[in-house]
Amino acid sequence: MNELRVNTLESEAIYILREVAAQFEKPVLLFSGGKDSITLVRLAQKAFWPAKIPFPFLHVDTGHNFPETIEFRDRLAKELGIDLIVRNVQDNIDSGKVVEETGKYASRNMLQTETLLDAIEEFGFDACIGGARRDEEKARAKERIFSVRSDFGEWDEKNQRPELFDLLNGKIELGQNVRCFPISNWTELDVWSYIERENIEIPSIYFAHKRKVFLRDGMIWSAEDDVVYRAEDEEVQEMMVRFRTVGDMSCTAAVLSDAVSISKVVQEIRDSSISERGARIDDKRSEAAMEKRKQQGYF
Amino acid sequence: MEVLKIATAGSVDDGKSTLIGRILYDTRSLTDDKLEAIERTSKQKGFDYLDFSLATDGLVAEREQGITIDVAHIYFSTAKKSYIIADTPGHVEYTRNMVTGASTSQAAIILVDARNGVIEQTYRHFFINNLLKVKDIIVAVNKMDLVDFAQDKFVAIKEEITALAKRAGSTQNITFIPVSALQGDNVVDKSENTPWYTGTTLLEHFEALEAQDIYEESVARLPVQTVIRPKKDEFHDFRGYAGKLYGGSLAVGDEVTVLPSKTASKIKDIYFFDKKYSVAERGTSINITLENDINISRGDIIVKSTELPRETKALEAKVCWMDTTNLVVGKKYFLQQGANVIAAKVSAINSVIATDFSGEAPATELKINEIGNVSFKLAKTLFYDTYAENKTTGSFILIDPQTNNTSGAGFIQ
Repeated sequence: MNELRVNTLESEAIYILREVAAQFEKPVLLFSGGKDSITLVRLAQKAFWPAKIPFPFLHVDTGHNFPETIEFRDRLAKELGIDLIVRNVQDNIDSGKVVEETGKYASRNMLQTETLLDAIEEFGFDACIGGARRDEEKARAKERIFSVRSDFGEWDEKNQRPELFDLLNGKIELGQNVRCFPISNWTELDVWSYIERENIEIPSIYFAHKRKVFLRDGMIWSAEDDVVYRAEDEEVQEMMVRFRTVGDMSCTAAVLSDAVSISKVVQEIRDSSISERGARIDDKRSEAAMEKRKQQGYF
Repeated sequence: MEVLKIATAGSVDDGKSTLIGRILYDTRSLTDDKLEAIERTSKQKGFDYLDFSLATDGLVAEREQGITIDVAHIYFSTAKKSYIIADTPGHVEYTRNMVTGASTSQAAIILVDARNGVIEQTYRHFFINNLLKVKDIIVAVNKMDLVDFAQDKFVAIKEEITALAKRAGSTQNITFIPVSALQGDNVVDKSENTPWYTGTTLLEHFEALEAQDIYEESVARLPVQTVIRPKKDEFHDFRGYAGKLYGGSLAVGDEVTVLPSKTASKIKDIYFFDKKYSVAERGTSINITLENDINISRGDIIVKSTELPRETKALEAKVCWMDTTNLVVGKKYFLQQGANVIAAKVSAINSVIATDFSGEAPATELKINEIGNVSFKLAKTLFYDTYAENKTTGSFILIDPQTNNTSGAGFIQ
C-alpha cells in the first residue's frame, strides 16, 4: 500500500493556491527570483499538475537586482512556459513619477510599490500571490492569508477581515485587490528544509562564495556592484559570504558563511542567532518600517 | 517535525504578549537583533524591565496604546516540536480577531490575573474556546508574583473554572498552571516560589501534547476546490478533482457519492503532484479522478457512499457575529462552507446566548461580538454534518453581499 502522508504546511499552501485560482479572475504570482518565490513556484506546479500553472508571473525589477537572480528568473519562466511580465522601477524614475533616494542609505526598495500598483492597474490583476512569511517581521506577523487592499493598494491593518478555519473570503469590489500569502505559516528554516527535500535549484548567491565587500555599521556590503554606495574611506576586502535574502542590492547585506551546499545552509540557519531580515537595512529605518510600507501598498 | 498551534486568550493587561515574549526569551528563540531592538525600546520608554510585548505587538497603533488589536503569529521550535502561537487581542471589541486566532488552534492558553480572579472576559473566552471545540485548554493564572504566590488564590480560580466547565458540558482537557510571565515562574523553568504546585510548567505541558490538526478524525469529506483539465495531448481526457481532504482517508476503489448531484462513482486514481497513491491520509491536498465521467464543479463535495452527510434547505446554527452592522431577520448573506457558497436569508433569530453561561434570551438582532441561535432559509440544499461531527462541513462564514465583509461565523448544532 502506497499511502500519502500529510505535510501540513505543504498541504495548506497548495490549498491556498487552488483557492486563489478558483476565486479570482486575474491572479498573478509575484516572482522575484528569491528562494520564497521559487518555493511558491514549486508549490503551484504541485497544486495544478498535470495542468500548467494558471497564472502569469510578475517581477517588479528595481534595476538593482543581483545579475544571478535575473538570469535565474528568465530561465525558470522559460522552462515552465509561463508568461513573465517585467515592469521596471527605472521607468517611473525616468518619467519623474518617483524620485530616487540619495545618500549613504539610498535604496529603490520603497519605489517598487508605485511600479507594482501601476502593473496591477495596467493588467487588472485582482489577486497578487506573494511569498511573504509571518515569521519575517512583526507587521507581517499580523497579516491575513487573504489580505484585502484598496484601489490605492492600502492595507487597513486595524480592520482586517476575520479569517476562520480554512475559509478564505476573496470577495472584493472592482478596483480592490487581494494579496495572497500561501506560505504565511512557513519559517525560514521550513523553506530551506523544503528546498533541500525537493532538491529545488536556487540562484548561486544563496551559497557561500568569495566576494569583494566592505563593512558599514557592522554589516557586510557587496563592493562588486556599483549600485551600492561606498564612501572612499570604506575599505574593500575579500570575504567568504552568502546572501540570506536577495532583495534590492542596495539594501541587502551579506553574511559571513562557509555554507556551500543546501544542507550546510539548513544547518547554518538552524544555528543562527540573527534573524533573516537582520541583514535588511530597509527594516532598520524605524520600528514601523515594514508596516508603513505595507500601508502604502508594498508587498 | 510536529507543528502545534496554540492561541492565547484573556483580558487586556492579563499579560498575554508578555507571556509569549517570556516563552521566546527562555527558549532562546529571540534572535540577537530582535532582542537588541526590545532592549533599546524598553530603555527608551523608561521601563525597569524588558517589555516582551514589543516582540509581538507589531502595529504602531498597538505599541502606542500598549494593547493588542489583531492576531500576531509567532513561530518557535524546540528539539521536539515546531510551535505556532496565535497571540490574540483581549479587548471585547476585537473578539473577532480572537476567534480568528482560536479557530485554527489545537490548544488555547487562557490567562487569568491572579489578583482579579475570573472576570467577564475569562467567561467569554472560555465560552468561545468551548464553542470552537479547541481541544486543550491551559488556564495560566498569571501575576502570581503580585499575590505572593498564594496557593489559595490559585485554588479559588481553579475551582471556579472547573465548575464553569462542568456547567458548560465541556469535554476539553483543562489544565491549570500558576505563572508569572514577567519573572518567568513556571513558564519554561520550574519556579521555586510555588513549592505547593507539583504539575508541569507551561512549556513542559506543550511538549507533552500530541500535535494534531484541528480537523479531527471523523468521516472523509473532500470539498472540490477546482477541476483540473490540462488540455494537453498526453492527458487528453484527464479530469481531476482537486481539494483538501478532511476528516478521514480515501482510497483507490472507494465507492463515492458526489453532492449535490448524488451521483455515485468509484475513485480511479489519487494523485499528489505527478505521483499516484493508493490511499490519502486526511489533511492532504489531493487531486483525484473517478471511474465515470460525471459533471462535478467547484463547491461539490465528494464523500464515501456509506457515509452520506445530512441535507437541508432550512438551517439552524449558532452564529458568532463579527460585523458592526447587526444581523437582522430578512437580511441575505452568502454562506460559505468549504468551497461551497450558497445564498442564505435570515429567517429567525431564536435567542442570544450569554457568554457567561447564564442562559439564553430572546433577541431581534445580533450585535458585534454576540453569539446567538439563528435560523436560515437557503437558496439551495446544503449538505452538512454537525460541527461536533466534522469541523469542515459543520462550520461556515457569512459574507455580507453589500460590503463583502466576513460578518459572522456559524457552527451547526
